[in-house]
Amino acid sequence: MAKKAKSSLINMLLSLTVIAVVAASALAFVSGVTEEPIAQAQKAKKEAAVKAVLPTFDRLEETTIDEVPCTKAYDADGNLVGMAIESKSGKGFGGNLVAMVGLDAEGNISGYQILETAETPGLGAKAGEWFQKGNKGDVIGKNPAEGLKVKKDGGDVDAISGSTITSRAFCEIINNAYAIYQKGGNEQ
Amino acid sequence: MKAVDIIKNGLIKENPTWVLVLGMCPTLATTTSAINGMCMGLATAFVLLMSNIVISLLKSVIPDKVRIPAFIVVIATFVTVVQLVMQAYLPDLYATLGLFIPLIVVNCVVLGRAEAFASKNNVWHSLLDGLFMGLGFTWALTLVGMVREMLGGGSIFGYNFIGGNDGMLLFILAPGGFVVLGYLMALVKSFQKKS
Repeated sequence: MAKKAKSSLINMLLSLTVIAVVAASALAFVSGVTEEPIAQAQKAKKEAAVKAVLPTFDRLEETTIDEVPCTKAYDADGNLVGMAIESKSGKGFGGNLVAMVGLDAEGNISGYQILETAETPGLGAKAGEWFQKGNKGDVIGKNPAEGLKVKKDGGDVDAISGSTITSRAFCEIINNAYAIYQKGGNEQ
Repeated sequence: MKAVDIIKNGLIKENPTWVLVLGMCPTLATTTSAINGMCMGLATAFVLLMSNIVISLLKSVIPDKVRIPAFIVVIATFVTVVQLVMQAYLPDLYATLGLFIPLIVVNCVVLGRAEAFASKNNVWHSLLDGLFMGLGFTWALTLVGMVREMLGGGSIFGYNFIGGNDGMLLFILAPGGFVVLGYLMALVKSFQKKS
């Protein structure tokens, strides 16, 4: 076995410094290489979500309302057909729940897609399908003007069985999105 | 020490999950499905392999008193590399495992092998040890994930065989992780005793 370097101050200082410097430069290199693909992957994910939640459109326009990123969709004649809003709620069971919410020209829900979730697998994590068209908690086409609520709270949305907290957070996301939508509508 | 022994140690005789019982946090947290368990295992195996090689190469220049910080810096570097690469090229996988990747740094399997093996053995043996300890960890996590996914969701590797996803939910949640791990550990032990 090779002889160990002595634990003198100068040895310790030198070895740790060299290791740290080499590690830092290696990481700087990898970070530089992966920076662009990471940004692209995130952008692609958002763009796909925007397209999935909106009704048929001709042209998109990105804006921010109250610092919330949204995308307005227009038809060929320049009429607003809908808006996709990146909305979030901090009241999920596992922390933040972020979703892309699409609202059409009348303010009805045209679609949604969960972007970030830390909900329990098998329970709250079902939110991605549960509220879609044709499923048990279908919210597509509903108008959240009066505030979307789960049945337990006196509303008309079927909560995910065993995940009332997630379902409430989901309703809050829709309601937040609607509030932003109305502000955006007034600005026109 | 023979190479064959190192391979056997990693996969069965001193398997990090069943025998050494190291790194239980990622084992229980990420094995909600077979694919998650396998990917977590492979990510850990890569880090283990690379850190074992580097630490074995550096073992004679790292003074004893600062060996732990030195090991941690090396391990953390490789973990960050895995994290960045995964985020860039496998964003879907990163969405489910992302939270647990940084935790590989403090996974006791990695530091444990660095301390117990790589800092005392030559590069070739350390490489073998890292690779096969990592693969031992991977097959254990994949097995736990498979059983939990099968009982909890009625599917294996995402392939659903009961038509519907209403399995026994308990097994996907944390308590089920402990139950499955316990029974599998007993099963593996009983096989080992026989052979």
